[in-house]
Amino acid sequence: MKQPTASPVERLAVRSEAAVARVRKLRESPIPVIEVGAATCGRAAGALETITGFEQALADNGVEAEIRRVGCLGHCYAEPLVTIRYPGFPPLLYQKIGAGEAGILVRSFLKDGSDPCYEYLIGALEPDENFPTLMDYPRYLFEKRVVMEHCGLIDPEDIDHYLAVGGYRALAAGLEKSGEWVLEEVKAANLRGRGGAGFPAGRKWEIARAVDRNPKLVICNGDEGDPGAYMDRTLLESNPHQVLEGLALAALAVGAPSALLYIRAEYPLAVEIMEHAIAAAERENLLGDDIMGSGVSLEVSVFKGSGAFVCGEETALIQSLEGRRGMPQPRPPYPAVAGLNDLPTVINNVKTLSTVPSIIRNGHQWFTGIGTEHSPGTAIFSVVGEVEYPGLVEVPMGATLEHLVFDVCGGIKDGKALKAVQIGGPSGGCLPASLLETEIDFDSLKKVGAMMGSGGLVVMNEDTCMVEVARYFTDFTQGESCGKCTYCRIGTHHLREILQSITVGEGRLEELDDLEEISRAVIRGSLCSLGKTAPNPVLTTLRFFKDEYLAHLEEKRCPARMCRSLIAYYIDLEACARGCDACVACCPTEAIFTTSNRKKAIDQEKCVKCGECVYACPPEYDAVRRVSPPGLIPDQGIEPLPADDKDEA
Amino acid sequence: MSEKLVTITVDGRKISAPAGSRLLKVCLENDIYIPNLCYLEGMSDPPASCRLCLVEIEGEPGMVASCRCEIRDGMVVTSNSDDILKMRQVAFRLLVSTNDGHCNTCIANKHCELQQIAKFLRQPLRTKRLRHIDRDYPEIIDDHPVLMYEPKKCVLCGRCVYVCNQIPKGYKLDFARRGINTIISFYGSDLDPSSRDCEGCLACTEVCPVGALSSKKKWSRFIAEVKLKQEQKAARQSSD
Repeated sequence: MKQPTASPVERLAVRSEAAVARVRKLRESPIPVIEVGAATCGRAAGALETITGFEQALADNGVEAEIRRVGCLGHCYAEPLVTIRYPGFPPLLYQKIGAGEAGILVRSFLKDGSDPCYEYLIGALEPDENFPTLMDYPRYLFEKRVVMEHCGLIDPEDIDHYLAVGGYRALAAGLEKSGEWVLEEVKAANLRGRGGAGFPAGRKWEIARAVDRNPKLVICNGDEGDPGAYMDRTLLESNPHQVLEGLALAALAVGAPSALLYIRAEYPLAVEIMEHAIAAAERENLLGDDIMGSGVSLEVSVFKGSGAFVCGEETALIQSLEGRRGMPQPRPPYPAVAGLNDLPTVINNVKTLSTVPSIIRNGHQWFTGIGTEHSPGTAIFSVVGEVEYPGLVEVPMGATLEHLVFDVCGGIKDGKALKAVQIGGPSGGCLPASLLETEIDFDSLKKVGAMMGSGGLVVMNEDTCMVEVARYFTDFTQGESCGKCTYCRIGTHHLREILQSITVGEGRLEELDDLEEISRAVIRGSLCSLGKTAPNPVLTTLRFFKDEYLAHLEEKRCPARMCRSLIAYYIDLEACARGCDACVACCPTEAIFTTSNRKKAIDQEKCVKCGECVYACPPEYDAVRRVSPPGLIPDQGIEPLPADDKDEA
Repeated sequence: MSEKLVTITVDGRKISAPAGSRLLKVCLENDIYIPNLCYLEGMSDPPASCRLCLVEIEGEPGMVASCRCEIRDGMVVTSNSDDILKMRQVAFRLLVSTNDGHCNTCIANKHCELQQIAKFLRQPLRTKRLRHIDRDYPEIIDDHPVLMYEPKKCVLCGRCVYVCNQIPKGYKLDFARRGINTIISFYGSDLDPSSRDCEGCLACTEVCPVGALSSKKKWSRFIAEVKLKQEQKAARQSSD
């Protein structure tokens, strides 16, 4: 008979021991294990084909091995990623493994262990004499993985993997002590909301806990909508139980009997994995009724959001949960006081909740030891754009942008120069190279006109036009504006129109003042944070790249030679090779013709400035030039080849 | 019912009003005009969407929508600083930049709240400072059996949505689309036979601050009058 008096911690210890034993047995099995990173990003890179490739090759070669799906390691540049655990070898991580490479790995390595295929190898996951380890790489050396520690290394659909690495220990401790204790720990840790605003999570919980209306509700906000941002999706798909444990701890601290995961419907895999994880946790009595005999119950469900960007704003999120159009509501009242159905509702971001278990496990002193005084902990960024190694990175708060871009992510691609980083999603700011010393934390970024946001970071090189960047992001926010308040609905539209006309060379100089005036009014007057931050790209580019605006307006010149209306292509006859016609076939408008000396030239009337010829021209000639303004095309005395010569040519 | 009175100061004037009243209401009742479009007397939860009624309150950061702000004793309010006037002007210019400005042929002419606000702010109804925005709307939407909607005149204040929402039978009006092309929509309920019942209500047309929403009957009569006047004018001109 089971001991009736076992505490949650004791119960979990028994369960964890079994999990550790099972996972060790799996890892030490005489059969090789192939772990394929099969989160959404991996799948997009072809991870499912890789799995099929392995299955096929294993069958063809009569090799026995177990294929497991794991989450995402965050190394987007190297997808699909595969880890192979072969007896006698350390776990080895391979990059860019398609179906073909899978076959090679099976034949060369898995069959008899003869050749571990160094050509695809990144390194060993554990220190080893014969292999470089991941810690030898700058990316691993500089990263500080707290939240993403187990992402890509554990099977998200096997709860034992999470239990074996100390999973749910924080929840057991919280249940054994009390909700107040959890609340005090998180408050002392000064965990600030990772959704963008940086409001202390503990304070939010405290406010909701103090309200004497019940039942309360905790919501995990997984409505990640920033273009190019995928931190939340990765956490949901790669370590779902960590999110659930954080959610359960939040519910315990707030005193909520139920919790909700609000995940956008465009993340079907995240929804599937979370639903699977909830069921598994309920089976293990880690969620549900009377969790681990503590008397505390928590019911967790998933809600699929229909994908409006603004629904990431908490009051709009609540509106959409209530079945209404997702439009932000004026605050106060704050949701923590009167949220869903007017009951106290705490809404935390996926990253915030994922951080909670580690705080409870290790104590608040440990957490405040990471990062800066006012922004403790780590920051997760999805670094995209023109860097050598794009992907998800987790660094301590207080790291500089320079460190993040050059040390962690390998610097700018193709030896180009960095021009700007856009940080904080579509309503973040564009910071120039001169501000790369800026530390990444909530307050420093705000000071320079950007924001932490939810963690999107776009790196741009010298070929990027900053006016076009501002137009692009303003176009996004205007398109996603809910249309409720005057400033955001109409103001951002005017901003977009003015920027649009500047990029096509029709802007008026005096409209620069309008840009500034409307931007400031939209920031001050808008109802919700979408509007209050939407002009940030405009204001920061105006502030740091005004010369580019002026070049567009006064000289009709795009310094980055990006805005199509302000550039032209021509072929340098000195560089062009007689008789070569690589560019001719690629031109969609047949604008390229043969000159009288049998080289090539572009008919400017027909040219649509797609730039295809630049790529088609063989590198040894590299004859296509791009200029801005178009008037810079030199007179090369071009004459078309007479019609009767054409047959010979 | 005895209500506790509190005293607030608005632009240097002391005003007493019941604690917890909404600031905008108190100001309007005391002849301090603050422009507003989305607010309606008696709203439990003003949407604060037009952003015209922003004021400054001592000790509070930024600007506050007075329609939602509950008064507290000793509150010091500024509603006429240069800063506020400038913000109102920008908001107003934004609003009228989407407007067609054909006041003469508009059913709301002379009792349009946009005209009143223009007068108060001394701003023209057709702004030259900003580009005119032609929103992607039809001139009229006449699918509803009772209601006539002229979206190009609409300021999206949401009053109609609010009052329609208060009707227990289930509401018919809501916002649709996003960004600059946000519009009021019937969501197909205009095709439902029950929408004939709107004839007996017409609350939405009564609260519309501009001439965007009107009853079809009234609208047809008005258009007939406009046509008649135009014909008479043309006749006079040709006889001269």
